[in-house]
Amino acid sequence: MTDTILQMQDITKTFPGVKALQDVNLTVERGEIHAICGENGAGKSTLMKVLSGVYPHGSYDGEITFDGEPCRFAGIRDSEERGIVIIHQELALAPQLSIAENIFLGNEQSRWGLIDWNATNFAAAQLLSRVGLAENPTTPILELGVGKQQLVEIAKALSKKVRLLILDEPTAALNDEDSAHLLSLLRGLRDEGITCVIISHKLNEVMAIADRVTILRDGRTITTMDMAGGEVTEDRIISGMVGRDLDHRFPPHESHVGEEVLRIEDWTVHSPTQHGRVVVANANLTLRRGEIVGLAGLMGAGRTELAMSVFGRSYGIGITGRIVKDGKEIQLRSVQDAIKNGIAYATEDRKRYGLNLIEDIKRNVSAAGLDRLAKHGWVDENEEYKVAGEFRTSMNIKAPSVLSITGKLSGGNQQKVVLSKWIFTNPDVLILDEPTRGIDVGAKYEIYTIINRLADEGKAVLVISSELPELLGLCDRIYTLSAGRITGEVPRADATQENLMALMTKGTE
Amino acid sequence: MTSVVPTNADLAVDDLSAGPGDSPGRSTRLNLNLRSSGIYIAFALIVLLFTVLTDGDMLQPQNISNIIVQNSYILILAIGMILIIIAGHIDLSVGSVVAVCGAVAAVLMVEWHMAWPLALAITLVVGGIIGAWQGYWVAYFGIPAFIVTLAGMLLFRALTLMVLGNRGISPFPDPVRTLANGFTEGYLGNIGLGVLGGADLLSIILGLIAVAGIVVTQWRARAARLRYNQDVAAMPLFVLRIAVAAVLIMFLVVQLARFRNLPWVLVLLAFLVVGYSLLTNRAVFGRQIYAVGGNLQAATLSGVKVKSVVFWIFVNMGILAALAGVVFAGRLNQANPTAGNQFELDAIAAAFIGGAAVQGGVGKVVGAITGGLIMGVINNGMSLIGAKTEQVMLVKGAVLLAAVAFDVWSKRRAGASR
Repeated sequence: MTDTILQMQDITKTFPGVKALQDVNLTVERGEIHAICGENGAGKSTLMKVLSGVYPHGSYDGEITFDGEPCRFAGIRDSEERGIVIIHQELALAPQLSIAENIFLGNEQSRWGLIDWNATNFAAAQLLSRVGLAENPTTPILELGVGKQQLVEIAKALSKKVRLLILDEPTAALNDEDSAHLLSLLRGLRDEGITCVIISHKLNEVMAIADRVTILRDGRTITTMDMAGGEVTEDRIISGMVGRDLDHRFPPHESHVGEEVLRIEDWTVHSPTQHGRVVVANANLTLRRGEIVGLAGLMGAGRTELAMSVFGRSYGIGITGRIVKDGKEIQLRSVQDAIKNGIAYATEDRKRYGLNLIEDIKRNVSAAGLDRLAKHGWVDENEEYKVAGEFRTSMNIKAPSVLSITGKLSGGNQQKVVLSKWIFTNPDVLILDEPTRGIDVGAKYEIYTIINRLADEGKAVLVISSELPELLGLCDRIYTLSAGRITGEVPRADATQENLMALMTKGTE
Repeated sequence: MTSVVPTNADLAVDDLSAGPGDSPGRSTRLNLNLRSSGIYIAFALIVLLFTVLTDGDMLQPQNISNIIVQNSYILILAIGMILIIIAGHIDLSVGSVVAVCGAVAAVLMVEWHMAWPLALAITLVVGGIIGAWQGYWVAYFGIPAFIVTLAGMLLFRALTLMVLGNRGISPFPDPVRTLANGFTEGYLGNIGLGVLGGADLLSIILGLIAVAGIVVTQWRARAARLRYNQDVAAMPLFVLRIAVAAVLIMFLVVQLARFRNLPWVLVLLAFLVVGYSLLTNRAVFGRQIYAVGGNLQAATLSGVKVKSVVFWIFVNMGILAALAGVVFAGRLNQANPTAGNQFELDAIAAAFIGGAAVQGGVGKVVGAITGGLIMGVINNGMSLIGAKTEQVMLVKGAVLLAAVAFDVWSKRRAGASR
């Protein structure tokens, strides 16, 4: 096995302010299944976007050699012409169109400018039998489940004479049966000579299917390991994925944990878009006053969905379970109910869900607690100005005045505005979803300090984060979530990145 | 995958590209001022232009009175429309609602001989029900307002025809005609103003009261802001601004007082403008309209009852359209089946010329009124200089496009991070 099909050499990709990839090397042999593992944000998807031409030649440094020839892709079309096809985690199918139309989208089987439907459907049927999908090619995509849609994507890739197939988290949304089918299909394709690169968080799958595995961490290649000898274990992969050490990035803090304030029992949530799919299954959590609790989970584990479903059913359908606040069961049917009951949720995507970017700081800070500033439905604007000014000082929001437009602030300062908004509602429980995503190290430290202060004031804080060091540095207790199930509850003293990652990647029994 | 699922980690990295570096500064503020006050400057320039072109006829007492009376129903509609546009929706049906409500009022007042205050109240309720109908489909059923109100445009025109057939109903009772067309009486007699001749004393006194009201409220607002350590305009600027407002109001009132006193619709409009300005600026409900239009998801996750807000602004639009319908019918002294044709276009244009943003979240009641007046002045001024209808349409179309283009352009310049 020394027949190299793909070589990516010293790839460096920089976004303003961040090095997403630094001197990454990846070598893929012909006819193998090559897995890429790494934490969220390690650079896996960025690397694949460089390879497929989403980030065109010139926007990165380094060399790509495919099949012995150097590659300079200007876009996806170029890479597909060479037989490199990427299937993204969010499937790119047109739901209203038929299977056959989707397979040949942009690559229509036509004669003299008119589509030859017989040829299209015949060719589609052949491709479907290759991927083992027993459906009529004229069936619309929206009638298929996610698992079958995934197979259509692969059929589409095959129609393009694929030689290197890249799959980004192909099984994240699939149930066990569909996953097993997909994996066996990939083995079959390998035997036909198609090389696969698979990005996956599910280490048991990686162990089962991959010939070799490359580990990325913080935008660098850590190692490439051959699975053949049997020496590679899940533990070895995990230690490669997380091997950062904790330095002084966290303010010192000692929590004074009080009585229980919120208990979530037997919480189950179904997906509103995929019929019957369970997103959160029988979750149990408790939060106590003065305590910072972490919720760890990989992408697609259901962290945000869990939090938002608790926050006044902002996500999901078919929600069952109990919420007990201060010893009494409460019903949170709407966001208003949640706010009234002292629960706040700061979103992971502050630009889309957290802020009114065209308004000023003042109006954003008051947005959720406007009732506290109003008498008989009329807002006291002077009081509002004063409150916003107090938050600007106490949260150290760097802006010339509270009349500054939030869309113009930096990520860290926007996050402080979001936190101010929720603190102003005077909650007992704050759920902070990725509170430090996309903000610089200095601002992160400030956010950590704010979180500690909130705990000291007797509030319960639930922090959702993709960064394990952050949870370890901040939290008193950490829950792990895997595929919608709580797989562990680890006190800070016992928690290590390794044992958390093991719990986060634990398969469903 | 739904949109709320954790996004690709790369997005977090992309996020940064917009973040640090562009801190808000002085230029931003000047920009914003230009954006928000440009409309008033444009209005002043247009009035000035036509005053010159018409040798001052533009500002003659009778002409000013005409502009107000002729545009009153569009201005009433524009107030409702700006709220809907701020929330990120649109209402194409207002012209038809004007017609059907005018017809309802005519049937009640003329054919059934109902007392006019009762008939007016019932008509407003009918308008509210029409608004509730459309609000339900938009807010609770989730059909885009464009479609719902396009259907409404047809539905309510059809209803008008069913009520009226092919005829008009007239005449309306005197009080209704007075509301639409009439003037306050000279209860206190006239006062001599030297070279300007005689003017109605009551009108002058009301004008002075309005000016005094502005001075007192502005002064108190300024004092309160100072108590809270807020930035306020420097004293000379503050005085200058109030002086300009006072001069404009007194000029308007004196001119009107020299003609036939104050039009009743002006009194009505004054109450509506003050009331709705307060609502949008100071009321929780008004704030929520901006929140919904600015970022729907963020408003939802901040506990705003988004559906209820959207529903009620459509109800409000229906009531105002009914009011406009009565005013329009009263002015023509007839309810007829073609009433209100294309009023929706004028009302929407008024809102956008007045600084509303296409994406929602931005806009002011006073801006919409100014936008409506700009179109009224163009109509009036061009007819005074003898322009043809097609030329008027050409200019109005160009003004609308230019106003929105300016808004989009200034936004692109100001908000690179969006």
